[in-house]
Amino acid sequence: MLRLILELDGEVVEKADPHIGLLHRGTEKLIENKTYMQAVPYFDRLDYVAPMNQEHAFALATEKILEIDVPIRAQYIRVIFCEIGRILSHILNVTTQAMDVGALTPTLWGFEEREKLMGFYERVSGSRLHANYFRAGGVHQDLPQGLEEDIAEFCETFPKIINDLESLLTENRIFKQRNVDIGIVTKQDALDYSFSGVMIRGSGVPWDLRKSQPYDCYEQLDFKIPVGKNGDCYDRYLCRIEEMKESVSIIKQCLSKMEKGPIKSLDGKISPPSKKEIKQSMEALIHHFKLFTEGYRVPKDEIYTAVEAPKGEFGVYLISDGSNKPYKCKIRAPGFSHLQSMDYLIKGHMLADVPAVLGSLDIVFGEVDR
Amino acid sequence: MQNLIDLEKKINSELTTKINRTEIRHNQIYLETDKDDLIDVVLFLKTNNDTKFRQLIDITVTDYPEKNQRFEVVYLFLSHEFNQRIILKYTIAENEVIPSITSIFPGANWMEREVFDMYGVSFKDHPDLRRILTDYGFEGHPLRKDFPLTGHTEVRYSEDQKKVISEPVKLEQNYRNFDYESPWEGTRYIKEELDNTDKKN
Repeated sequence: MLRLILELDGEVVEKADPHIGLLHRGTEKLIENKTYMQAVPYFDRLDYVAPMNQEHAFALATEKILEIDVPIRAQYIRVIFCEIGRILSHILNVTTQAMDVGALTPTLWGFEEREKLMGFYERVSGSRLHANYFRAGGVHQDLPQGLEEDIAEFCETFPKIINDLESLLTENRIFKQRNVDIGIVTKQDALDYSFSGVMIRGSGVPWDLRKSQPYDCYEQLDFKIPVGKNGDCYDRYLCRIEEMKESVSIIKQCLSKMEKGPIKSLDGKISPPSKKEIKQSMEALIHHFKLFTEGYRVPKDEIYTAVEAPKGEFGVYLISDGSNKPYKCKIRAPGFSHLQSMDYLIKGHMLADVPAVLGSLDIVFGEVDR
Repeated sequence: MQNLIDLEKKINSELTTKINRTEIRHNQIYLETDKDDLIDVVLFLKTNNDTKFRQLIDITVTDYPEKNQRFEVVYLFLSHEFNQRIILKYTIAENEVIPSITSIFPGANWMEREVFDMYGVSFKDHPDLRRILTDYGFEGHPLRKDFPLTGHTEVRYSEDQKKVISEPVKLEQNYRNFDYESPWEGTRYIKEELDNTDKKN
């Protein structure tokens, strides 16, 4: 949902003025009026293509203020689902960008895979899109039986699909004509315009928060950061393809390293008890009641926490005041900064390049408008 | 500067008069400055070879309606070279105009527009200060604490006038905000609070 006002000279774009806010729902205001646990679902509705990556940022911010540890199994589960989110987002972006420049088949092939991934989302959280699965201190529940095996099987078959997509696009004459040398971002401008994620890596800056400021168990995993050379739409496409391959390798590593164990913090004042415990223990019953009415209180503090979401640096600037609701929760969406550079990127290009550039920015209005 | 403590010292020694307070928490440096020194401090952070905070992450405002200096303006910076984050803050009163940093960071443009839209804080020398997220013709500043959660107006399509109209909000039931907060003995911070009040008594 974008209203893009363009000033043209014939077919050459002279000025672009994006009007955003058509999907503004006041997420930040709503979060201020909800308890910490009730705030999580709002994060699914930001970048709805990769919901759990957003939840991750909020969960990490709350955990840091509360100073609680996350069990190792929960960390692996979160990383697995963040990487699934990354693949979800990159498939959507790569294939729809191809569609924007005239190729239909990649979309059909890619969406079949997205369907499988959303199936994994559903099996673990009960919902294909709005998962509401991460919690401060871990995740909501353990993986259901058989899911690990199915994800492992997906990791075996998916690289072939990436190769198929590549065979359709990477050396495709039309795709290259539409994307090579279009929307070039220099290193300096990428920094000045607050770019992050693929937008900055495509311009040759090796910057990925999973490596540079590792969170959860990313430190123990072995993966590479693909970096572009020319900073054009085509390089960004290549980065996304490579990142999907890396994500598959990360998921495989997590699955092999994962052991049985708790999946959320054992602190009864933070994590709700299991149904079984409620039936047997008075204390668990009280905890359950208090957690779902009052929620937990978070001591007075302020913190900025960022994660490497598929689209770039997604951050949460959280101010708590010691009560059960956040005093302020500013959401830093990567797409917001990327879209604002539209004028700079598109100036001097042809009108037909607008969808190509917009596609490679990887914009989702849920997070731009918040 | 590789080390946060060295960096804090460096900033304090170079900008003695311009920085009011520094603190290291959660592996980030929190700086407090004044409105008039903002441009100097930001330029220093961006250009100095020991800081190199060359990326602006976000600009936002926190609203404390009960204070005289109502708004706290917050700037988040990131240094790729040294892998550090800095949070720069200063407080202003309502209706104060603050300097824009779009000339230093072009990426600040929309962030400042958002602050203007959401909090009604105006920026001096901003190239294009318009509302950004709210509707055309919207009134008020939604993220201020005194702006109601339900807003003031609601829109609907009017069959008579054949267009979308906005009218005052009418709710069948008001937004209910239950107060569940009760002293729940057990967690650390509540115990501390109770201890403190015991001592006072």
